[in-house]
Amino acid sequence: MCVTCGCGETQTLAAAGPAPTHAVHAHQHADGHWQSHPHEHEHEHEHEHEHDLAVAASHHHDHATEPGHRHAPGVRATRRVQIEQDILAKNNTYAQANRQMLADRSILALNLVSSPGSGKTTLLCETIARLGADQVAVIEGDQQTSRDADRIRVTGAAALQINTGKGCHLDAQAVGHALAHLALADGSLLMIENVGNLVCPAAFDLGEAHKVVILSVTEGEDKPLKYPDMFRAASLMLLNKIDLLPYLNYDVSAALAYAKRVNPALKIIQLSATTGQGMEAWLTYLREGMAATHAARQPTVQALQARVTELEAQLAGRAK
Amino acid sequence: MHEMSLAEAVLQHIEDAARRDSFHQVVAVWLEIGQLAAVAPDALAFCFDAVTRGTVAQGARLEMVTLPGQGWCASCNAVVPMSAVYDACPRCGGHPLRVTAGTGMRVREIEVAG
Repeated sequence: MCVTCGCGETQTLAAAGPAPTHAVHAHQHADGHWQSHPHEHEHEHEHEHEHDLAVAASHHHDHATEPGHRHAPGVRATRRVQIEQDILAKNNTYAQANRQMLADRSILALNLVSSPGSGKTTLLCETIARLGADQVAVIEGDQQTSRDADRIRVTGAAALQINTGKGCHLDAQAVGHALAHLALADGSLLMIENVGNLVCPAAFDLGEAHKVVILSVTEGEDKPLKYPDMFRAASLMLLNKIDLLPYLNYDVSAALAYAKRVNPALKIIQLSATTGQGMEAWLTYLREGMAATHAARQPTVQALQARVTELEAQLAGRAK
Repeated sequence: MHEMSLAEAVLQHIEDAARRDSFHQVVAVWLEIGQLAAVAPDALAFCFDAVTRGTVAQGARLEMVTLPGQGWCASCNAVVPMSAVYDACPRCGGHPLRVTAGTGMRVREIEVAG
């Protein structure tokens, strides 16, 4: 695992070949401006990499005295190209396409995020059992295996597994592919169970209506403070495994207070997927969401139906 | 945040621009990173260097301009500076603050040759 960004090594990094070892450092100027440039450094690496981390000697036009330059020393023909785009613009475009497709079919999509082991898959199975397998489809995200999708399919609901390999979060393009291959009923519920990770999924829009963060009482009460981006990105928090409270020293009111401090608008439902306690409030949230999604679509449907009627009348008129 | 994905996304913007604008070498890249954005600048620099090897952006200087975070304090009825997402109001100590600026991550412009 890379200690800098916490990810697994990506396969796209190729060995740079024999080269002096350079380290890339970014440092901050007094005005808060960061600059990075490669420079030689003796450096101890604390972690192992499968690939050669050496930075290939960079070709800088600034070094006008280097041999082999074709242009006159000190002269550099460069120009600025404006980009002015969000770094994640591409993901956001795929996400918007997903969102539009789901809206067109009145499908409520929720992105379930949490640490690994919070009880997401069990909660999904119990939710499907209560709502009806024909009402729910699931996209599962894990690094490896289809074990979660298999568990969902046992309930009778349609499920599709995405394996991210080394990746630590689902992205909108992968979800878009999955949507094309999943049997989705109009007016149904789509649950996207993201990779168990309280960090990375926060910034990746998949096209969902809401992110639902699941925290269990076997985790620390201060999780929301430690992972604020995720709790800020969510609209609803489910505090799961409350049946275990008699066996723990868990301060529920502290957990709720920390969550509200990071995100004052966060709705919170306490439940136990295994005993059923609190599940009714969760199901009400889902049913109300599905009804609202359906209602939001109605004006468009009516407008389209009116247009179809109008066009049919025109065609009938021309046929005479 | 996932800095490797972000670095790859920055490279894609650059390669899209290279196709449109026909340049062969990127000299510098300007990013605008909000103070409240979920990204670690040195991790991003590290990943940018790694993903751009063998590409039109190899060796490019990465400049990250930090944009300040701002939030709305309902108690003060004013916009106040924020450096972390769960900051209390620097004037009255109240919280929560509603974030109004500083979470974005943008590729602003690049300097190219050829």
